[in-house]
Amino acid sequence: MAEPTTNFVDTLRVDDNARQRRRRRVKPQLPLATRILRAWRLYVLLAPALIWVLVFCYWPMYGVQIAFRDFSPATGLTGGPWVGFEHFTRFVTSYQFGLVLKNTLILHLYELAVGFPAPIILALVLNAVRQKYFSRAVQLITYAPNFISVVVVVGIMVMLLDPQAGAVNSLVNLFGAPSVNFMGQAGWFRHLYVFSGVWQTAGFSAIIYLAALSSVPPELHEAARVDGASRLRRIWHLDLPAILPIAVILLILNIGNILNVGFEKVLLMQNPLNLDVSQVIGTYVYQVGLKAPIPQYSYATAIGLFNSVVGVLLLVIVNQMARRIAKAGLF
Amino acid sequence: MKTQERSEPVAAMPHDAEHRSRATSRTSQGSARASKIREPRSDRLLNMVSIVVLSAIAVSIVYPFVYIASASLSDPDAVNSGRVVLWPVGFNLDAYLAILHYPDVVRGFVNSLIYSGSVMVLGTAIVIAGGYALSRADLPGRRLFMVLFVVTMLFSGGMIPLYLVIQRLGILNTMWAMVLPSCMSVWQLIMTRTYFQVTVPKELLECSQLDGATDFGFFFRIVVPLAKPLIAVNCLLFAVATWNGYFNALIYLNDPHLYPLQLVMRNILLENSYDPSKLTNVDPSRLVQAQQLAGKLKYALIIIASIPPLVAYPFVQKHFVKGMMIGSLKG
Repeated sequence: MAEPTTNFVDTLRVDDNARQRRRRRVKPQLPLATRILRAWRLYVLLAPALIWVLVFCYWPMYGVQIAFRDFSPATGLTGGPWVGFEHFTRFVTSYQFGLVLKNTLILHLYELAVGFPAPIILALVLNAVRQKYFSRAVQLITYAPNFISVVVVVGIMVMLLDPQAGAVNSLVNLFGAPSVNFMGQAGWFRHLYVFSGVWQTAGFSAIIYLAALSSVPPELHEAARVDGASRLRRIWHLDLPAILPIAVILLILNIGNILNVGFEKVLLMQNPLNLDVSQVIGTYVYQVGLKAPIPQYSYATAIGLFNSVVGVLLLVIVNQMARRIAKAGLF
Repeated sequence: MKTQERSEPVAAMPHDAEHRSRATSRTSQGSARASKIREPRSDRLLNMVSIVVLSAIAVSIVYPFVYIASASLSDPDAVNSGRVVLWPVGFNLDAYLAILHYPDVVRGFVNSLIYSGSVMVLGTAIVIAGGYALSRADLPGRRLFMVLFVVTMLFSGGMIPLYLVIQRLGILNTMWAMVLPSCMSVWQLIMTRTYFQVTVPKELLECSQLDGATDFGFFFRIVVPLAKPLIAVNCLLFAVATWNGYFNALIYLNDPHLYPLQLVMRNILLENSYDPSKLTNVDPSRLVQAQQLAGKLKYALIIIASIPPLVAYPFVQKHFVKGMMIGSLKG
């Protein structure tokens, strides 16, 4: 966000007043109305994006008030009578609450524990290989699954893990063990969810770490080698510090998203057999809000709101902690 | 702290004789001192291990696709008895021919192309225009607009209020419900803005303003041609996201004629709701054969649905990494 005139003065150390005086001399500030009128073409360019945000982001935010009302289709978003926190208390005291919250947290923490370090390790290993063409080729392959839809990923899983014809069970049978019905057992759900996620996204997430690694000057590595530092030592003392700040930021974002596990994929993997572990907040909202024979719009909105409020609170708390401990933060 | 750590080895190199002698004695074990420092044995070992690990990862990503492709081309009996391991057994194209005659799939494919194409064109236009306007330092109210956009990345109304807005707009169960809510992305808008801030020099704008160009003239004649890589990246992101999405279709569409391919796939692959009689368009006596074919159809479907994004991505990959780095690291 460089100010237009700072490059004239940034070599000098000037206080704010002097800076403003200079700015005025270089480019006299016109009245706001004139500047707005002159920039009308820029507003035309910005208008579509602005309208989209207003309609598809801010209008729904305004509509969140149905969480505190009894919504009825006849009266619209603002018509129903106020009921306060009734829907929230109903959710928190319902027998589903504990289960759904537990599933969401476990699934996300498990995903975080496995999925967060995976791209970092992958990037370090890719960076450590001396044969650059090989490392490029592996990168190209590991990015690819990121471009495939979750429907395809879950489809591949179903086909490969099929108890009768799947390749994985053929291998299991080869060792003399009976076939396992992976998709039909609740115990397998979390592992399958987390590791298929790593399979799909680790390569792509590694890009950002590879970029950070490429910013380490090669002279440092040369110098460290001259000093007799082994590759592992150089990774520890040169590469890791280079990716630490970005890793902290991504970790904060991840934790802020803690209650929003990728529920599109959960929904695809969900079946009556694993419902006890696969029902998360997102799928529960979908179920009571849209899929139910009598959709409970207000109740579902209240659950969704509960979800985002907890998410934002976590984000703020974790960000504060990161700023104290690691001196890095999002805001 | 970081700079200190980085500069340490460099500073130490010329002075610290002890370090140097240790390094040379270690690297020149046995042989005379080479002109180039040889890798210590531990480093060569690490390199070997890295290559093995990366190869294993690459195989684990490529193998499922090869297996699914082979299965789709093999004899159904061979697939069911687990005789297909790597290459097709009893090569035939039945499944693909059957898909061509399965109306739901063909229609889904065409629908997906329409939706992806529309979102791609519309979304890229909105993001490029809006991103450019936001990148201009002389846009009055720029800070306010940025806040307006960024807030939507943290807060959202949630699933139900958005659904009600779509309903209110009267686009529920039309193709607009697939296009309009997806044709903007705040994240891509900010990436685009940052890219323009970094790559379009202010002097260029001043020059063309002196030559009498309006903001429109400058945008269309100078900025858009300069932004080709960025346009390519945005096109890819929009197209792939729309092609891969199924959830919007699941909640906004009721009419099976409007279903995109991913939703058709979900129904066939995961809900097993296909109609075998649709596979062979005439003969009921061939129903058994059709049933068998239906199993194979799933493999072929996975392949068909993954081809478009996988084909598109290598073309844009070069721009992608570049565009994303500038956009995300500086942002």
